Amino acid sequence: MIVRIMGEGQVRLDDGHLAELNELDDELLAETRAGDEEGFRRTLGALLDAVRRLGAPLPDDSLEPSELILPSPDATLPEVRALLKDDGLLPG
Amino acid sequence: MSGVMKRMGMIFRAKANKALDRAEDPRETLDYSYQKQLELLQKVRRGVADVATSRKRLELQLNQLQGQSSKLEDQGRKALALGREDLAREALSRRAALQQQVTDLETQHQTLQGEEEKLTLAAQRLQAKVDAFRTKKETIKATYTAAQAQTRIGEAFSGISEEMGDVGMAIQRAEDKTAQLQARAGAIDELLASGALDDHSGLAKDDIQSELDRLSGGTDVELELQRMKAELAGGSSSSQQAIEGGQGQTRSQQQSQSDTPRFDKQ
Repeated sequence: MIVRIMGEGQVRLDDGHLAELNELDDELLAETRAGDEEGFRRTLGALLDAVRRLGAPLPDDSLEPSELILPSPDATLPEVRALLKDDGLLPG
Repeated sequence: MSGVMKRMGMIFRAKANKALDRAEDPRETLDYSYQKQLELLQKVRRGVADVATSRKRLELQLNQLQGQSSKLEDQGRKALALGREDLAREALSRRAALQQQVTDLETQHQTLQGEEEKLTLAAQRLQAKVDAFRTKKETIKATYTAAQAQTRIGEAFSGISEEMGDVGMAIQRAEDKTAQLQARAGAIDELLASGALDDHSGLAKDDIQSELDRLSGGTDVELELQRMKAELAGGSSSSQQAIEGGQGQTRSQQQSQSDTPRFDKQ
């Protein structure tokens, strides 16, 4: 599975790590919805670290479509909320 | 997975933001990178040229110094021949100083030559790398363009399939309607056959039949008339026969009237 961290690049992740990441990811979504800025920053950092730690970076000239996309490390909560709300994919 | 990662992935795949596409177009990045490499190669080449120029300048200097040195040597020899040992000593000491400079310059010259060779080699290697990068870049760009085209084709196909879905629905509706009509027609046929329903449309068939009957009847009448005329023309001596024949003909006419319509129907 290929994950893109926006502004950073792509990493190839073993599907086995997905469960671990999924927990953090769901947590991040909950915090994004709740508007918990502090929790959002903490969880985003943890999630990005986990992705970087578990994944192998793809060469910059590779052209693989990303299956999952993560916000850039410096993305703010309002930015991510705006991104998610833009297409009306975030219910409620 | 339903978290931020998935959602963002979905959004990016779904809307293919044009601005983002442009920013992330690897073709532009590759071209930029190639441009940078060319600039670097240019710098290295300029460096090689600079070193070569310095080397040549040193060679000129060396030649000059060696010329001066041999000149001083000659002067010393001449001074000695003229018995001017003091002059000869002066000339030789100056020559010694020059000789020291020559040795220094020769060392510098060697160093520069080594430097130049290294730089030339580096430039050649860099040139090869840049060439390889250019080839790879073009390949990647072509692949990317192809992938984009494929995506576009894929999108077109999914669009078509959606439309085909609509067409399919229309066909389905048409088929349903046809089947319904056929079923109804079948039921009507059965009802008509069983006599539960009056065949109003059958009237037309009867019209045709009666017309046929009328026509065939007319033919019979005509035939009858012709036969009668022929009998009458046959003479009055055969009047008995004629009466008998007439009776026979009446019988045959009755028979033909009952037979002919049945034959026509078939």
